[in-house]
Amino acid sequence: MTDKPLLHATRRHFLTAGGGAVLISTLPLSAFAAEADLLKARTDLFGDRPIQEGRVTVKLPPIAENGHSVPLTVSVESPMTQDDYVKQIAILSPRNPLPLIGQFHLTPLSGKAVVSSRIRMSGTQAIQAVAEMSDGSLWSGSMETVVTLAACVVL
Amino acid sequence: MTGIRLSVPDTATQGEVVEIKALIRHPMESGFRRGSRGEVIPRDIISRFECDLDGALVFASDFHPAIAANPLITFHMKAQTSGTLTFRWTDQNGEVWSDTASITVT
Repeated sequence: MTDKPLLHATRRHFLTAGGGAVLISTLPLSAFAAEADLLKARTDLFGDRPIQEGRVTVKLPPIAENGHSVPLTVSVESPMTQDDYVKQIAILSPRNPLPLIGQFHLTPLSGKAVVSSRIRMSGTQAIQAVAEMSDGSLWSGSMETVVTLAACVVL
Repeated sequence: MTGIRLSVPDTATQGEVVEIKALIRHPMESGFRRGSRGEVIPRDIISRFECDLDGALVFASDFHPAIAANPLITFHMKAQTSGTLTFRWTDQNGEVWSDTASITVT
């Protein structure tokens, strides 16, 4: 009789603490896992070379009603001459089942580093583009899009 | 399957940067979808696109499953010499579809 309230209190404490711990551990973990996928894909492509922010512009609609086909335009500031051009642009996603969406390989013949395509998106996320220049430097840019109907089920 | 559509200007002035569009009809089956009986629909995608001007590579792209069906790609080329542009799509099994377009540079 005397130790029953004590037991009750500890059980309640245990449950709330446990519930809180579960909430804290599950929510950010999934976000970290997706981010880790993107970072891994980036490392697979470019190693540990430093990536600077800037020079790359990603253009997506602010709201995409349908994640099955979202128009994407990437442009990179570059003179596109024989000695200074964009070699490669990689498009990465932090939320799709496969983080690498596509790679565009450009040459000095391309004249202008502007490429468009249509991509699939499994939910609201910030699409990232990494450009590799002919001198080996890496630049990145990103844009977030709200996806109303995700392609996650059928991607 | 021959659902290729190209948009290439017939003529261009020397040094002009022209826009080129290339589309091919293809389901780009991602391999993440399931059919009505729950079975996984096998992946079937085009993995490589290349465009060259008389043998010199202008633009290439590696496609992954997150490229939407009927892949449309828009890129640019600096017009320097007249010639024939060859567009080539290769799928994951090595099957190739191609088409050509000519451009006259004045």
